[in-house]
Amino acid sequence: MADQSPAANAPKPVSSVKLVLLGEAAVGKSSLVLRFVNNDFQENKEPTIGAAFLTQKAHLPTRTIKFEIWDTAGQERFASLAPMYYRNAQAALVVYDVTKPSSLVKARHWVAELQRQASPGIVVAVAGNKVDLVDDSAAPSATPAEGAEGEADEEEGGRKVSREEAEKFAEEEGCLFFETSAKTGSNVAEVFTAIANAIPEAALKGRGQPAAGAASTGGAAQAGQRDDSNRVQLGRGDGVQKANEGCAC
Amino acid sequence: MPEDEDQQQHVAAQRESSPQPPPLPRRPTTIEEEDGLRPPLTPSGSVRNFKGSPRPPLQSKATTAVSQVDVLGLSQDASPSNNQRSRSHSRQPSGRLQSRAGSDDDTASVRSVQTLAPGQSGDIESLLDDVVGAAATETDEGVEERDDAASLDTSPLQNIRDDLDESFSSEFEPVGSFEPDGSNGELLNRQWRAKLKHYLILSSAGKPIYSRHGDDQLISGTIGVVQTIISFYQGAQDTLRGFTAGDARFVILSKGHLHLLAISRLGESEAQLRAQLEALYMQILSTLTLPTMEKMFINRPSTDLRRPLQGTESLISSLADGFTRGSPATLLSALECLRIRKAHRQVIHSTLLKCRSPQLLYGLVVADGRLAAVVRPKKHSLHPGDLHLIFNMLFEADSVRAGGGENWIPLCLPGFNNTGYLYMYVSFIDPETGSPREDIEQPLDGRKRDNEIAVLLISANREAFDEMREMRDKVVDQLQANGSLAHIRRAIANGRSSCTSILNTNKADTKGADTPAPIAHFLYKSRANVQFVMPSAGPLFSSTVSWRRLISLYARLQGALHGKTTHLKVVHVVTGGASALAWTTPTFEVYVVAGPRAGKHVLAKAAMGVVQWARREEERLFVVGGAVF
Ligand SMILES: Nc1nc2c(ncn2[C@@H]2O[C@H](COP(=O)(O)OP(=O)(O)OP(=O)(O)O)[C@@H](O)[C@H]2O)c(=O)[nH]1
Ligand SMILES: [Mg+2]
Repeated sequence: MADQSPAANAPKPVSSVKLVLLGEAAVGKSSLVLRFVNNDFQENKEPTIGAAFLTQKAHLPTRTIKFEIWDTAGQERFASLAPMYYRNAQAALVVYDVTKPSSLVKARHWVAELQRQASPGIVVAVAGNKVDLVDDSAAPSATPAEGAEGEADEEEGGRKVSREEAEKFAEEEGCLFFETSAKTGSNVAEVFTAIANAIPEAALKGRGQPAAGAASTGGAAQAGQRDDSNRVQLGRGDGVQKANEGCAC
Repeated sequence: MPEDEDQQQHVAAQRESSPQPPPLPRRPTTIEEEDGLRPPLTPSGSVRNFKGSPRPPLQSKATTAVSQVDVLGLSQDASPSNNQRSRSHSRQPSGRLQSRAGSDDDTASVRSVQTLAPGQSGDIESLLDDVVGAAATETDEGVEERDDAASLDTSPLQNIRDDLDESFSSEFEPVGSFEPDGSNGELLNRQWRAKLKHYLILSSAGKPIYSRHGDDQLISGTIGVVQTIISFYQGAQDTLRGFTAGDARFVILSKGHLHLLAISRLGESEAQLRAQLEALYMQILSTLTLPTMEKMFINRPSTDLRRPLQGTESLISSLADGFTRGSPATLLSALECLRIRKAHRQVIHSTLLKCRSPQLLYGLVVADGRLAAVVRPKKHSLHPGDLHLIFNMLFEADSVRAGGGENWIPLCLPGFNNTGYLYMYVSFIDPETGSPREDIEQPLDGRKRDNEIAVLLISANREAFDEMREMRDKVVDQLQANGSLAHIRRAIANGRSSCTSILNTNKADTKGADTPAPIAHFLYKSRANVQFVMPSAGPLFSSTVSWRRLISLYARLQGALHGKTTHLKVVHVVTGGASALAWTTPTFEVYVVAGPRAGKHVLAKAAMGVVQWARREEERLFVVGGAVF
């Protein structure tokens, strides 16, 4: 913020951020994206096949983040493709369904996998979706963490995952946490804005630079990397030539 | 699969090598429709000198053939019993009726059919002369020939299935679920049995995988019976392929660890139902690949395949619904293309080639659910069955399109290779439905959803998304710049032509008012291109029921042309509601349908008109070869 240019009307810098959505099937990943991108909701959304790629901008006070969103399919048979999508991601949104305990278990697995396999600097947010189905949202302590699981599954559709339990898990893992509803739109923009804010300035690439290029180098020293890529771009001829030489040998 | 293909090739070979099969004894007991009596058309030999030389087919021959299978000896008349004969003819045909001795093929028995004296030659114009000439000699049959479509005005094709109206209206409604106390079991069973079309898929261990109607509880009894019957036959080293009961035809397709069962009361032939089951099977393979599925069953014979197939029920269901509504593409095993000028298509093709990424296997431009252009490697053609699966996923099942954005979809195209996955990049180009890229700014004139143009880029490399996306950007930019998108949009807006406008284009002088077409609808399939064309449905066939009636009529004609033991080149059918003619040659199949009073020569002349038109417009109507690299 300090380094912001004084002219209020000057276009804010735009940076691209790759974001991947992960989570069990039918928790509402695509619905959250649809709400964020088109401000729309579909009651009977078909399962995603493979993955969908969408973009949407988040406007922060000092800069604009252009999210390049990979909305992955939650069904088990696509699980092996997930690394392809989170490998280069700077942010991940792991979604579970507050009415379905198994989806939180799955969310834990995803967070663990991201910590093992994704870029170390990745920003991870956990979202408990479908809070609109929970009428006790005013009194989150009403439901004990484990107790309600077995009985009266789908008919009532009430809360089956307590906010405390999920929030604690998110905190322990260093993740952002929200309870959302793609249906009502509650907290949807907030999650994406929070993610945008959490992306370290150093990890952001300037406009026009291909997102994949810098991100694919992965690794810990993001600031250093950034310098590298800048240098390559400035001295383009050199870089290309070097690469060619390398190939020829 | 391999045996089927062998069989097809075998059958095809047999056909060609026996130009004069033994005569078919007439079977008057089962004839219920007016038969085509005189050869209005010359046979296959005559089309040899078609202007266009045979084009490289989009796929290998074996897969293009409509599947030829044993026809059940025990099967009865495929059509409902309440068909009436519209008129009777006592005159024996002067044309030669042909069949194989001792044939118990039901398609031959359903209607008397005829073939033409083979070996005649002549170009299409002389064919037409024959047709017109034939008309004169037909009048002694007392058939009232009419050259207009007036007789079509009232309830066309009425008797394809008289009770279709009521039963068909509930065909697409779900059967309910059991009450907890099971009190509504009888009602549900009645609802279930009232359905005209069922598809059941189960594992050889008897686990249900898919049912078009009814939940597990409702179908468990049926599954048990089916499973028992199939294994009874298998125990006897026999394979049960199907049977009929009343007006319902049962067809079973056993593939490895899967049994697929179709039950139809829509009068479809065994071969047609089998082709539908093959398509459902391909859909399953498309999700899992063959080796993966086999591994599952080998590791655990009691595998519940519904888990790995989760989320694809809607794809299977939309295929099944499509077959039930009536799909010319499946009936003809062919696909439909966008009609576009040859030069315009060439520009699209060269654009695709110019922008081609080295990672690309197939590239398709699809508009309004029809193929506009294709780019492919020289040694690989596209299987229409594979394309049908893709089109079903993109345009019927709605899961991809509704999401907006671009998609990267792993799928197996079993006709191409049933052992592995390909990766399909899908992008719909339409700002209205939210093309995700802000940087594509092309104001499309049309605003409707079906104006959508889809770019599909298929790669064998699962990491190739960025390359495919880059290619898409280039392709779209250039198509926009060179005017191709505008051409495509105009073609979409024009829609399919009407019969009248198509047949009037054959007139030498285009001055004066169009004469109303004597036919109501037609299908024309180019065999070499594995593609078909049809006119707009028009008001006559815009309702689900009238469309189903039309498709049922086509199915009967198609069944008669392709019965395994028949060698028919021409089939003529008259029902109370319609008269229709189908004609097949090595290069095309044409089907025309008119009102019940349209005579044979009218139909034949219209069929010739369609053939002439299709021949003249071939490169507009069909993607011939595509862009090959
Ligand atoms: N009540 C309610 N329903 C929701 C909400 N979000 C999604 N749904 C519904 O949940 C179902 C699944 O939503 P999707 O967005 O397709 O879920 P997904 O996580 O993308 O599923 P996959 O693509 O299969 O992984 C749909 O029927 C949605 O309408 C929500 O916030 N509230
Ligand atoms: Mg989804």
